[in-house]
Amino acid sequence: MSDIGATLPQGRPARIRLDNDALVKRGLMIVIAAYLFAALALPLYAMLSKSFTTYSFDLTRYEFQVSDESGTNWSEPVTAKALNDKLSAVPPADLDTISDGRLPATSFFPDFSFRSPVKYRIRGTVENAPYLVGLDPFNSIEWKEVDSNTFRRVMLRPVQSRSLANYKTYFSTPSLFLSIENSFFIASVSTAITILLAFGFAYAINRSCMPFKPALRLIAMMPILVPSLLPGIALVYMFGNQGYMKELLLGESIYGPLGIVIGSVFFTFPHALIIISTALSISDQRHYEAAESLRASKWRTFWTVTIPGARYGLISAAFVVFTLVITDFGLPKVIGGQYNVLAVDIYKQVIGQQNFEMGAVVSVVLLIPAIIAFIVDRIVQKKQVALLSARSVPYEARPNRRFDMACLGWCAVVAIFILGIIGTCQFAALIKFWPYDLSLSLKNYDFDRMDGGGWEAYRNSIQLALLTAAIGTAIIFTGAYMVEKIDGFRTARGLFQFLAMLPMAVPGLVLGLAYIFFFNNPANPLNFIYGTMTILVVSAVTHFYTVGHLTALTALKQIDKEFEPVAASLRTPFHRLFARVTVPVCLPAILDISIYMFVNAMTTVSAVVFLYSTHTALASVAVLNMDDAGDIAPAAAMGMMIFYTNAAARIVHAILSRGVLSRTQAWRFR
Amino acid sequence: MSTSTARGRRTAKPKAQKPAGSSEPYLRITGLWKAFGEFLALKDISLDVNQGEFICFLGPSGCGKTTLLRAIAGLDPQTRGTISQGGKDISELPASGRDYGIVFQSYALFPNLTIERNIAFGLENAGRPRAEINARVKELLDLVGLPDQAKKYPAQLSGGQQQRVALARAIAVSPGLLLLDEPLSALDAKVRVFLRHEIKELQRKLGVTTIMVTHDQEEALSMADRIVVMNHGVIEQVGTPTQVYRHPASLFVADFIGETNKIDTKVAAGKAKIGKAAITFKAEDAPKSGEVIAVIRPEDVIPHSAGPKRAKARGSRGANLIDVKIDSMEFLGSYWRAHLGGTSLAGVPMVANFSMNAVRRLGLEEGIDMTVELPAERVLVFAKAG
Repeated sequence: MSDIGATLPQGRPARIRLDNDALVKRGLMIVIAAYLFAALALPLYAMLSKSFTTYSFDLTRYEFQVSDESGTNWSEPVTAKALNDKLSAVPPADLDTISDGRLPATSFFPDFSFRSPVKYRIRGTVENAPYLVGLDPFNSIEWKEVDSNTFRRVMLRPVQSRSLANYKTYFSTPSLFLSIENSFFIASVSTAITILLAFGFAYAINRSCMPFKPALRLIAMMPILVPSLLPGIALVYMFGNQGYMKELLLGESIYGPLGIVIGSVFFTFPHALIIISTALSISDQRHYEAAESLRASKWRTFWTVTIPGARYGLISAAFVVFTLVITDFGLPKVIGGQYNVLAVDIYKQVIGQQNFEMGAVVSVVLLIPAIIAFIVDRIVQKKQVALLSARSVPYEARPNRRFDMACLGWCAVVAIFILGIIGTCQFAALIKFWPYDLSLSLKNYDFDRMDGGGWEAYRNSIQLALLTAAIGTAIIFTGAYMVEKIDGFRTARGLFQFLAMLPMAVPGLVLGLAYIFFFNNPANPLNFIYGTMTILVVSAVTHFYTVGHLTALTALKQIDKEFEPVAASLRTPFHRLFARVTVPVCLPAILDISIYMFVNAMTTVSAVVFLYSTHTALASVAVLNMDDAGDIAPAAAMGMMIFYTNAAARIVHAILSRGVLSRTQAWRFR
Repeated sequence: MSTSTARGRRTAKPKAQKPAGSSEPYLRITGLWKAFGEFLALKDISLDVNQGEFICFLGPSGCGKTTLLRAIAGLDPQTRGTISQGGKDISELPASGRDYGIVFQSYALFPNLTIERNIAFGLENAGRPRAEINARVKELLDLVGLPDQAKKYPAQLSGGQQQRVALARAIAVSPGLLLLDEPLSALDAKVRVFLRHEIKELQRKLGVTTIMVTHDQEEALSMADRIVVMNHGVIEQVGTPTQVYRHPASLFVADFIGETNKIDTKVAAGKAKIGKAAITFKAEDAPKSGEVIAVIRPEDVIPHSAGPKRAKARGSRGANLIDVKIDSMEFLGSYWRAHLGGTSLAGVPMVANFSMNAVRRLGLEEGIDMTVELPAERVLVFAKAG
């Protein structure tokens, strides 16, 4: 009676009929996947195809005829190409243009005079030969006859083609190409400094008994609450041409790599600290006891136990910081001076030169390091989790006066740096007219008297942040629930997971540009959201999707996976279980996601800078624009408004979390 | 309980679905297979479960018992085969369309709901009036012996109490079938023994058909009406606890349930050679010759004073006697375990359990010679697996 021949008989596997729950779950997952597809995959595709699109005037497509002065006898038809070959009126390089390019037809007629009685005819030699007469577009192989005065307003329009030409142009333009080098240089240096500072800080927090830990941790987190360009403004006040610490630079200019690096260290510091601190906090006390019992020196223990234990955290933090710096746009815009970096190039190509195709090319170039960093980070994160063992004994620091004081010193330096930057901004916002009139005033907060959107922009930002927090959290948590708790449907779940992770790899500026290509296309049925608050919310929710998704997944994975089977056996639909158990149990995570969405929607510049309209100006963009317009003090004031708001939101979040914990999470306490 | 050894596997496949009748089993599993990729977790499982029966799926981890339970629950659909419950084909029904209550090893109690809300969870959805639900919850709390814990949260209860809440929640909606997935394995030994009894009592009171998965043979023997012993995805034997214990259908069953002496030997002329002795045995379908494994349980070894004559004088039938020497003895509380040796055994290891009484009466101690009897009806012989 042992083993019987183990071969499956013919037939098909049992297909469990889908009940309402299964249908609703799949439906919701598909809806959210469709959202991500429309808000992420399609725009990115639009951008990618745009980067391969070139526009040029194809002179072989047009034919002209010229009459004599009587206007009745016509010359033989001649193509624009033939004319240009003869005259060299338009050099070949000028035939490449942008989507909006225009080439006057008169270029090919050197003896043209708009007063002459001579008449002109133009026609296409092929179907697609667009030209304008005045503002009216024509595209026909029929002759169009115009008098001289009108011929002056005949403009050839470029035709679209697909090629690598944009990339060739990009890589053969030294000023553009140089930005790659600059970006990598800035990102590498900033990463090295930030990781060193953050590791020291995290080490002090986790491994010493220094005093003031809660206060120091609080200060270290402050940069998250402000836009990345705020340190730029502070640095102008500190080290700019009229800076109060200008002498410290010994003649070096803050405008350029120096300023970008200092500012980058400031705004990436908390991100690195969180990751490294987590990595250090999961270390196992027993390893240290073993090292001690083997009489290893402190130094040796540090290099053989601490660093290897935290290595995944360090690698992960390094890639996160690198990505943040290389994709950041606000800071180099404010303090970069003539020093070009990739992110600013995108902005300049799009906003400055209206060269959307080249903007798309730079975006693709910028996507590459971001995607590499993203992949490495994902691999490393997985290994980090594997290091965690349930039986680990958490490390407990023992007091050591000298070591603790050294740690405090290190942290104090970082804290002073952070407080100095934010303090300077606050100071700048309150001073009447730096450096001539140092009396205090609130006039810089009178935003309605400046360009940039005024208080309206601030109110819009609040609205955006609230909507992003509410809608984003609902979408993200629901999506995470469906992907985690659905049965079967494996391919779709894999695809969903991929879509949910992708936003992390896409810089905000790139997403914004992709949205222009996708949503501003009149052929797109979703075109109506362009220029509204909706597109800003969509962009913010999508841009910050991944972190929220991961937070939700972590919380959901901690819930007993048998809840759904139990509910099904009790014939209770999943939405009751979801509302009565899953959401209440995950409430702390849900609150965390919403505060994350709120704060980021308040501070982001890059995800919205291409998408706001006059009605939907935003506070963070106002900081940028006021700074651009030379209103640096009001820019600092608006930056501080964002800071106050986020700080208040954090406090509300903390109170809410505590309240929610004590009311609905009573079960957590025995 | 009209069953014989391995009845389940010999059940003829039903040709047509007959309406539920008293003769029809409540749950019928026919030709069930489950594949996880290349791995076959269940191979051609057929099993009938009668109304009101308490069935245990018993086997080592990875034998497929939980997979079978999850197939019955509609959580992991089978790859081939059919399942019918109460005469209705449920093979492709989703979990929510089937009629069962389930208790998991983790209990899966909703941590943010009080005990009474947990138990009421399934009742509330049925849309019954609040008063009726409350009355039912109170009744269930009394039934599982937790009348004053209604307002507490699961984390405030002990493991055994949580287990009972999970049970109350599962039976609240009066399911036709109760599925228990290792419900006791997360508890400590004493609570486990107590709850075994409780669950069995409850099941008897309610008369609900119950299937319990366990890897603990004691649990299965003490609770089940019938035990389904599984190994490597097949059913080794279906039978009452005494059947599987006294008449194991395979070497695996003999070895897995209870303790055994497994003796690698040969059969010639209908006798098994153990050491220098030739032992008779009664098993009908055992091989008559060739390489075999002979099996005898330690408690079936009957002790006698040294010398076959004296053994006969004390009422032995005289057959299957072996002279042995006690190499060592362990005191195990209610009995002694003796490791036997001596020239007649010729190095074959043999363990015997002797009662306190026998040890005292025969003056057994380490190092002395004695004679043991291996009763022919207790010696099992299985062909050696090729």
